[in-house]
Amino acid sequence: MIDRQPSARGGPALRLVGIAAVVGVVAAAFAGTAGWLTPDRLTPAKVVDTLASASGPALGHRRNHAKGVCFTGTFESTGAASALSEAQMFAPGSYPVTGRFNLAGPDPSMADGTGRVRGLGLSVRTPGRQEWRSAMINAPFFPAATVQDFYDLQVASGKKDDPGAMKAYAASHPALRAFGGWAGSAPFTESWTEDRFNSLDSFIFTNAQGQRQAVRWSLVPATAPVGIAAPDLKTRDADFLGQDIAARVAKAPQKWTLVVTLANPGDSTADPSQAWPDDRRHVEAGTLVVSRVEPEVDGPCRDLNFDPTVLPSGIATSDDPFPAARSAAYAVSYDRRTAETKDYPHTRAGGQP
Amino acid sequence: MNDDRSRFTPLQRVLHWVMALGILTMLFVGVGMVSTIGPAYLTLVSFHKPLGLAILVLALARLAVRLRHGAPALPADLPEPIKLAARLSHVAFYVLMISMPLLGWAMLSAAGYPVVVGGFELPPIAPPDAALHSVLWNAHRALAFGFFALFLLHLAGALFHAWVRRDGVFHAMAPTPSRPGRR
Repeated sequence: MIDRQPSARGGPALRLVGIAAVVGVVAAAFAGTAGWLTPDRLTPAKVVDTLASASGPALGHRRNHAKGVCFTGTFESTGAASALSEAQMFAPGSYPVTGRFNLAGPDPSMADGTGRVRGLGLSVRTPGRQEWRSAMINAPFFPAATVQDFYDLQVASGKKDDPGAMKAYAASHPALRAFGGWAGSAPFTESWTEDRFNSLDSFIFTNAQGQRQAVRWSLVPATAPVGIAAPDLKTRDADFLGQDIAARVAKAPQKWTLVVTLANPGDSTADPSQAWPDDRRHVEAGTLVVSRVEPEVDGPCRDLNFDPTVLPSGIATSDDPFPAARSAAYAVSYDRRTAETKDYPHTRAGGQP
Repeated sequence: MNDDRSRFTPLQRVLHWVMALGILTMLFVGVGMVSTIGPAYLTLVSFHKPLGLAILVLALARLAVRLRHGAPALPADLPEPIKLAARLSHVAFYVLMISMPLLGWAMLSAAGYPVVVGGFELPPIAPPDAALHSVLWNAHRALAFGFFALFLLHLAGALFHAWVRRDGVFHAMAPTPSRPGRR
């Protein structure tokens, strides 16, 4: 300041500087909140970016679990879980569902035989606009213990020209080694109808009395699993799972039992890489009945985001950080792919759900 | 009864400052939540929605009050382009305060998400349509940044009136009670 002894209110120049300072501080706080000043901060967009293959994402498609088919059917609730959760879908009855069988990976044209991780997205609707969405996979536990670990794993696995990156990651992350044990030994079944799908994440059920119970859940197939030998897997059609599910559902509805697993006091709910012991109490909440399968391109699951935090009252998130992270990342994936509809055009007019 | 025509009415001033706080919070929560992958994400989202609905309700009430009571005249010596900019900025604020919550609500509706606000389910106000969702989401995001830019201009303008011109424009909306004899 030129004015060496400004009055308490300052001269006009000082006051202009004061205005600029106030505006600057507010703008800087905004930039800081947006993460623009901290490029190292892990954001949902960064996590989604790492999911793409080296050639970039498949435009118009989900950024992960990109290949899949839609299904519709019902959830036939036994009422057995209604003592645990006041969610309407656990009251005895039949509720409409929309879902999606899928394969983990960013490529919607991948060969089905190469999909180690298979998934099932589900939306159960009950009267009054309540809805339960879940996205489950066939692995019995998750390969990463924290969201940062998951991101680091994606980054390491993306370094195709640096095999040391994955080795270094695996060496310092026992969860991935355990996952490798499952991936290397579990059979590839010949059908999605033979797969068990698991929430992995923990949630909190609250019943009408207000009692809380930490739970995980699984869809246990009614069809006995038949493994495909590794050499045979390579000779299967690239779309054998899609053909199989269409053929089976055309013959008869396909079923899974929704099994709710109850945590014992002290069981970790924050880490989906840690499976709970098998002796935990189970409750059979009902049956998922899949009665119709449709290609995704014009199907009812296409524009659904199976965000695992879309929950009815009676089900809430726990201290498991993954549902929030998945919700944030799925939203980015959804916002991106819905802006790319022209890259994945509907095949019939008005192909809306 | 407040007959001081040089100031906004007490109700207008209360609405202004309550909403200023709410809108600024909303813009920070919005830009923070979309860049957050931690558990705070869900907390921020569940805060963003009821606050947005509250702003919509307050904005409609405020518009009715504004149409009824109007605004104090700007200083006669203020250049015409500045007067015009001030009037247009008020129009822009009302458009944004009303459209942003509606765009957010419509955007969630078009995506097929249940719209749960503070534990209550609101009806969808747009049909499920991915392309429509994309248009609404892009508008919501772009207008949010525009809203913040307009807020910064408004802040700078208000401080300019308060500290440099000292022409009573800031006092017209100042969060202080009217005192007899003070302009």
